[in-house]
This record gives sequence, structure tokens and C-alpha cells, in this order.
Amino acid sequence: MIEGRIVKINGPIIQAEGMGACGLYDVVEAGERRLIGEIIRLNRNLATIQIYEDNTGMRVGERILSEGRPLSVRVGPGLMGRIYDGIQRPLKDLYAMSGTGLKPGVKSDALEQGKTWDFVADADEGSLIRAGSLLGHVRETERLDHKVLVPPSFAGEERLVWTAPAGSYTVDEVVARGEKGSQFSMSHIWPVRKPRPFIRKLGMTEPLLTGQRVIDIFFPISKGGSAAIPGGFGTGKTMTQHALARWSDADIIVYIGCGERGNEMTDVLREFPKVVDPRTGRSIMERTILIANTSNMPVAAREVSIYTGVTLAEYYRDMGYHVAIMADSTSRWAEALRELSGRLEEMPAEEGFPAYLPTRLAEFYERGGRVSTLGGDTGSISIIGAVSPPGGDFSEPVTQHTKRFIRCFWALDRELADARHYPAISWIDSYSEYAEELRDWWQHINPDWLEVRTQALDLLKREERLAQIVKLIGPDALPDNQRLVLLCADMIKNGFLQQNAYDDIDMYSVPEKQVLILRLIMTFYRRSLEIIQAGAPLVRIRSLESVERISRVKSRIPNDRLEEFRDVEALLEGELGKLKKEYSA
Amino acid sequence: MRGLEFKGLNTVSGPIIILRRKENVGFGEIVTIRDREGAEKTGRVIELSDDYAAIQVYGPTTGLSTDETSVEFLEKPLELVVSEDMLGRVYDGLGRPMDGFSPPFSSTFLDINGDPINPYAREYPRDFIQTGISAIDGMNTLIRGQKLPIFSGSGLPHNRLAAQIIRQAKIRGQDESFVMVFAAMGVKYDVARFFIDTFEEGGVLSKVAMFLSLADSPSIERLITPRCALTAAEYLAFSLGKHVLVVLTDMTNYCEALREVSSIRGEIPSRKGYPGYLYSDLASLYERAGKVSGGQGSITQIPILTMPNDDISHPIPDLTGYITEGQIVLSRELFQKGIYPPVAGLPSLSRLMKDGIGPGMTREDHKDLSSQLFAAYSRAKSVRNLVAIIGEEELSPLDKSYLSFGDVFEKKFLSQGEMEDRTIEETLDRGWDSLSVLPRDELYRIKTELIEKYMPMTEN
Ligand SMILES: Nc1ncnc2c1ncn2[C@@H]1O[C@H](COP(=O)(O)OP(=O)(O)OP(=O)(O)O)[C@@H](O)[C@H]1O
Ligand SMILES: [Mg+2]
Repeated sequence: MIEGRIVKINGPIIQAEGMGACGLYDVVEAGERRLIGEIIRLNRNLATIQIYEDNTGMRVGERILSEGRPLSVRVGPGLMGRIYDGIQRPLKDLYAMSGTGLKPGVKSDALEQGKTWDFVADADEGSLIRAGSLLGHVRETERLDHKVLVPPSFAGEERLVWTAPAGSYTVDEVVARGEKGSQFSMSHIWPVRKPRPFIRKLGMTEPLLTGQRVIDIFFPISKGGSAAIPGGFGTGKTMTQHALARWSDADIIVYIGCGERGNEMTDVLREFPKVVDPRTGRSIMERTILIANTSNMPVAAREVSIYTGVTLAEYYRDMGYHVAIMADSTSRWAEALRELSGRLEEMPAEEGFPAYLPTRLAEFYERGGRVSTLGGDTGSISIIGAVSPPGGDFSEPVTQHTKRFIRCFWALDRELADARHYPAISWIDSYSEYAEELRDWWQHINPDWLEVRTQALDLLKREERLAQIVKLIGPDALPDNQRLVLLCADMIKNGFLQQNAYDDIDMYSVPEKQVLILRLIMTFYRRSLEIIQAGAPLVRIRSLESVERISRVKSRIPNDRLEEFRDVEALLEGELGKLKKEYSA
Repeated sequence: MRGLEFKGLNTVSGPIIILRRKENVGFGEIVTIRDREGAEKTGRVIELSDDYAAIQVYGPTTGLSTDETSVEFLEKPLELVVSEDMLGRVYDGLGRPMDGFSPPFSSTFLDINGDPINPYAREYPRDFIQTGISAIDGMNTLIRGQKLPIFSGSGLPHNRLAAQIIRQAKIRGQDESFVMVFAAMGVKYDVARFFIDTFEEGGVLSKVAMFLSLADSPSIERLITPRCALTAAEYLAFSLGKHVLVVLTDMTNYCEALREVSSIRGEIPSRKGYPGYLYSDLASLYERAGKVSGGQGSITQIPILTMPNDDISHPIPDLTGYITEGQIVLSRELFQKGIYPPVAGLPSLSRLMKDGIGPGMTREDHKDLSSQLFAAYSRAKSVRNLVAIIGEEELSPLDKSYLSFGDVFEKKFLSQGEMEDRTIEETLDRGWDSLSVLPRDELYRIKTELIEKYMPMTEN
């Protein structure tokens, strides 16, 4: 145990002497209340420390203790379904210990003590193991097989001499032993700032399906990809993140509420247990880990919450799972960085942010990706970060730098949000660089995908241009074939792009349904165009029942009754067929 | 009990003083400063090193001499004496009674900074508050436990609107009413008087605790005022189980005080000179709203702020909007048209609305109806822009019907009297009336059954 003494206090940044034996990023317990902190700068004997809890009342001269190990998380079975603060303290336990308010100095184990898990060994005694080797498994939740692997920090190779017989063990009990005396339990600790190793990064070939039409069809993200959702306040970042956490086809979700509202975490805690994962039939809470460091919680812990989250994600990735991280909001994390940097009196770069902001952002997004794991599996981490630009202006540093490290940009548009067009993802400003890579995948599932996507995007682009003209001269000055473009663009917007997160049917669309809706609209467009060219006026088309039916189909036909699309198609064919006959005669 | 007392300062610079300390003191500890005449001020330790302590003084530092000033360290954070008897009392900006009576008798002292509420301990707010104001109840429903600010501009009737909310707010089917905590920061005496009169006329003065740091008080005091008010509110709500409505006005003055102190401390500013921690600091106030599990009470916060130059992207409204659960935006354009309350249709939003409306809470048609009203009003606005360019005659019949929808909506739905208290049913019916000027197939956000049930019969 290393012991030092506090010499200076400036908010959550303090200085201590006598810490020369500590390393950078080591954890400390500071002061009488033993508040958790981390060494962020070392200068000979003088350590600069950021404190993760409110340190009001702390005095110069108080003791600082350190075990000389870096700030780490504890990993093992029992993480799933829980809610932690930024430094992995279980909030439920803190509530039980100190009630409504979070009190500094209260501690509790990240993994439930004394809880036993049914461990089944998979490795044979006598087998040769190395970092990442499979030792055994535990059923962590009904649908989650938790693989117990040799920790990545294990060096070299060793022959197993003993594995525990199948039975119940706590996370601390030894379940395997090696010939050189190594002992393995089901849990270990891992430094949050150090990426967990893997063999190599792989290309991305499969989409992370989200059930959100504008995303899956127009701006898809791959499993292992990274995306940013920038948007001013109230434009729908959190709603989109929640929708992705609910519906995306990842095996595991790590949701990081970073400097945002307390009630939003409460909302997740309250709603997620009730939501059934359409693929497993189980509550989605069983595959979700929550990290909540809300805006009113200590700012230093907010900075670290992102790393805590991504480290837990890597832990499950290493078992060969597809993990998706939602970080809401990375801007609050960047601001934490800025505030701490200010207290350290570092030279600021743009808008007061430290010059290393882009490096830190890059490091974070780099921890995502699809990899082959040490154990020989394939796992992935997709990262979806919300960005909250001041004044909704995307030219600010966090948005701009983030753009360099992500390949999928879901730009939320204030005007769309104001018109209650949700999700307010702009089809003009957004992009996805994954669309190309995902072509083959879609080709297998639904060969129509690329075609309808291209046609629809093209139609929307034309509408955008026409809208400029309409602003000047009104829609009635346009010829009918151009007004048809406006009509169909409206149908795409209302009937396809808009997706109501509160509507039981509409909230989530399977990929087949997504393509069906869009194909319906595009067919409508093509057929109508023929009729207009044959001389029919647009009013005749606009007043058809099909128009209304198509616009409502998204919330009428549930995912499991897609055959009903045929009725709408039949209506469309019937009505347009009749018109066509009338005018080609 | 007197704490450690030191005489003599090293430096005085604006509201910050630095002194050499001989004994050990705690970070964030509160101090009493006595000047050469013996007058007392309150301060707080904001930085400590081996030999020195920096103190932020909540009052004027003019006339503080380096030699003749003494500082007493009280060995505790700034606290407020709390009790049910706070209701009916008037406090100054630092939480000291200013109505001539002694502080309420109580042995409960609370740190005015409070503890952050554990997200696990929260309960999601969902009870509909009927304010009797259509623009709010119908379109931006207020929920018990919500933080919903009013974004206003100078000269706009935000105080009248807040007063109307205070007068009319109720939970339907319950006669349990709200108690109020009112904090004034840097506002003129007339504004405070206006609210006091409102409380008096409503006969509720005995249910209000007031914290007043008026325009003539030292600006730095405003950093303390809302914290005292919220500490009182938390005690009333979470310890005594009351439903508390908190009005904080004007948050812009609060933020300016924060900027002032920050610049004196030589901190690196972010946008418009405001400190980089403005977001976190505001969050430490706004997040002190809501409901907690196991408790009966709630805190509903209505902060009022005036947007400098009516600019919603100014850091104060911007960061507020990023923390609160929606916003009621007042529009100068509507105000100039003579519409009261001039609640801007599109930028206003209540994020907790979705869980507090619908069958059993308001009415089954509420969700669809409000969503359709938003969509139609948004379209009406773009048609208005078009009219400005091509003239009304050139409009298509459909666009014309949107134009008249816009007018009906503003006159029949948005506008109402300051004393007019509408039931939610009346509000919704007025919504349907406005929509009745549109062709039926334009109501694409409303379920057909609901249209049939609620749309008033008309000739078309
Ligand atoms: N897909 C959606 N369906 C229905 N309503 C939505 C949707 N997306 C957003 N909204 C509405 O917009 C409101 C604001 O959304 P949200 O809380 O996600 O914004 P935000 O971008 O996270 O804002 P902030 O930056 O302030 O946190 C929601 O409360 C809801 O009313
Ligand atoms: Mg949000």
C-alpha cells in the first residue's frame, strides 16, 4: 500500500505528495472518506488526481492510499441487467445503502458477492491453455451463455491440471488450475483505459439491423461499425438510441447515459424489462448493461464512464458476441474532458477543448469493430454515439472530429423535429459508408433492397430540388409529372421514413416489411407516372384510396402478417389499372 | 459554536479573497467574513493549498481591507434550516429570513447543494397536470415531477403565464394541491411583487416559500438562491411528501452571475464567455426535480429564462433545453399579433407528455390529435411563407384550407384569457374544431375511428 498526503484541492482535481511509487492512471482512495480517484498526471513526487465523487469537506493533509494498480472494472457473470455508475458501482446497491441521494464514499462490489453460478467446465484437464482459451461456461441469463475464458493478461501457455466439477461457484472461487500454479476464477479485473487484445480486425459484412426503416434501408450500419447521431436538443438522439437498444439485433447492449438526464435512465429501467426481444422471446433487459453517470453526478466519473462501458463491451465481444454500445452523449463526455483539462490549466485548443480531444475520440471509436478474438471466435462492437452540438451547429469541434472516426452519420434535423417528423434523421445530410459493403448481404435477403433504395433516394433528391422552386412559385405552377414527385416524396416521408416509437406496430419493422413498403410506394410512383404521361391529371391520382392506404400501411400491417401487403398491392393495381384504361382508351 | 477565526487577507479580487491559513479547513466549507465595521458576509472555500485558501464571497467585497478583515471558518457546508414552517415565509437570496421573523424552529439542517439523486431511486413522472391552458395541456402537457422551462424574451408575458400556471395547476380528480417554492434571481422588485400579489389573490401565500435575490442584491448571491429554494423543495417533497411547484426566475441572471465569477477566476471560457461547466452547473439545479420511489411527493420545476436577443441558440436556452424535459417557447410574432399566451407552436415540446396522456389520463384522442395539430400547424406555417411570395390567390384549395386552419388554430385554440381555465376536454374539442377546416384525408396522423368519434359534424 502506497500512502501519500493531499497538498492542494481545486474542485475534483487535487494534488498529493508521496505518491512516487504509483503509476499513471492508478486508482487511489483519497481523504478520510476514502473517495475513489485516479492519478492523471505524475510529476516526480507530486501526483495530480481526479476524484470521482463529490469531495466537499476534503482537507489538505488528509491521507491518500493506493494499491498501485490502474483504474479497472471487474468482469465476470452477473453484469447483465444491472445499472452501474461511471466507475462501475452498482446503483441498486448504493440505493439500498444510502437511499435516494448518492453519498460520497459509499462502496459496493460490482459483481454480487456470494451469488453462485452453475459452472460447467469445457476444457479438459491436461489441455494446453493460453489467453482467451475457453475454460467453461455459465448460463448468465436464460439466453446468454457466458463463456469463462482465460483472461487476456495471462502470459504464455500452461497445461490445466484441474477443472472444477460441474456445480455452483461464486465469481471468486477457483474453477481451474494450471501446472505452474496459475489459478482461474470466473471473474477478473481489467484496466478501463486499456483496450482488450484480439487477434485482428476483420472486414464488416453484416448489418446491425435496427428495425428503424430510415436506418436499415437508407443509412445502414454494420455489425462492428460506428455511427454518430448529432442533433440539437429535443431532436431525438435519446429516442433513437433507445429504439436501437430495444430493437437492434445485437446479442448484448451496453447503454451509457453519459451526462444526461436521470429520468431517461429510469425510463430504461422501467420499460426495458417489459420489452420482449422478438428474436429470443425474452426481456431485452436480460441482454442489457446500463452505465448511468447523469449530468448531476460527478463530472470526473462521467469522463471515465465511456471507458467503463466499452471495456464491458469488449469483455462480451471476446466471447464471440455482437455487442452494440449506445453512448448518450459523447459531447457531455468531451465537456467533462474540457472541464478537467481547464482545472489542470492545460492550453486549450478550439472552444476550450483540450488539443487531445480528437485523439481521445479516435481511441474510443477504435475500440469498436469486428474482430477475431483470442479464443478464435468472431465478435463485434458497434458504437453509436450521440453528439449534442451547441446551438445545433454541426461545425463545432466535437461533431467535426467525431465525423473523422465514424462511417455512418445520422444527422438530426431541427426542422423535421419541429414538424414532429420522427425520427428526424435528415435524408439529405446523413450518410452511411457501409451501404456498399452490405450489398451482398441484402442481395441474399431481399434483392430488391438496392433497387428501391436507389430509386427512393433519387426521388427524394429530385423533390428537394423541386421544393426550392415551390418555395418561390408555389406547387401549382409545376407540371403534373413533377407534382407527382412531390406527392410520392410525401408518401415516402409519411409512410416510410416517419416511424412512431410509441406505436406498437410501427416501432419496429423487420427488413422484409421495410422493403415491401418502399417497393409499394415506388411501384405507385412508376405506375402513376405512366398514367400522367397518358394524360390523366394528378388530382385523379391524389384522390385514390391507395394513397391513403399506402401511407398508413406501416402502422396497419404487423411484422408477422406481411401477406396482407398483397391486398394493398391489389388495390393499387386495381385503381391505377382502371385509370390507365380510362386514359389510354 | 464559533469556528476557527483568522484575521487578515492576502488579496481581494472581485468576489474572491485569498488568505493564508494556519489551521486546516475543508474544501467547500462555509465562512463568515467580518469587515472593519463588523458587518458580516458569507463565503465559501473554493480552493485550498498547503498554505492558502481561496474564498468566494457571496456579497460585495468593496471596502474589505486586507488587514482589518477577519474570516471565520464554520466547518460545514452552506446549510438551510428546513421545516414545514418555511411555507408562508420570505427569505433573502442566501436563505436568511427577510420578513422580520426568526428562522423556523427545526433541528434539520440540509446542505444546499443536496446529493445527486441516484437514477435507480427515481420514479418516472407520469401524472397529468391540468394547467387550464390549451397551448400547454393540449400540445405540451406538463407532468407532475417534470422540469419544463419557459423560454421567453424581454417584454414577453412569461410572468403572466407562470402566474396563470400557478393559479390553475391541478391534478384532476384529486383535491390535493401544490405547495410552491419561488426563487427570484436578479429580477426587479415589481416582478417579485407581481408574484406575491398573485399568491395573495389566490389566497395561497401561506403555501409558498419565497427566496428573493432581487436586482439590487449582489449578483453573486444568485448562485446560492436557487440552491436554497431547491433544498427547501426537496425537503417538502421528499421528506414531507408534498407536491411542490418550483418557479425559478430569471435563470439568465443566474448564468450571468456564474460567468462573472468564472471570468474573475480567470477560467478558460467556452461559448460567449460562459464557463465550460455551465451545462453541469445548470444540470445540478434542473436535475433536482422529479419523483423518487417510496416517496409521495414530487418536484415540478418551471424555470423561466429570457433569451438574449430572442436567440434560442444562445448558450443559456440551448444548454437548458439539453437538460430539461422540453420547453415552452414564447414567440414575439404571436405576441405582436395580440395572441395570449404566445406559445410558439413548433419549437415548444414536452417530452414527458407521451406517458401522461391518453385514455384514463386525459382522453383517448389526445396523442393522435396533438400530433396532427403539430403537423397541420407546421404545414400552415410554410403555406404562410408561400403567401408572402406568390400571394394568396395563387394558392391551391388545399393550401388555402391550411391557411385558414392556421388562423382558426391560433384564435380558437392557442388564444385564451388570462383568467380562463379550460378543462382538457374543452381544449381537445377546440383542437378538433380547428382541424375541421381541413379535408378529412389530410388527417393522416389520426386513427379513423377517432376521427369518426370526435370530429364535429359540419357541412363538408
Ligand atoms: N421516433 C420518435 N417517435 C416519437 N417521438 C419521438 C421520436 N423521436 C423523438 N421524439 C420526440 O422528441 C422528444 C425529444 O427526443 P429526445 O429526448 O430523443 O431528444 P434528444 O435529441 O435526446 O434531446 P437532448 O439532447 O435534449 O437529450 C421526445 O420526448 C419525443 O417526444
Ligand atoms: Mg437526449
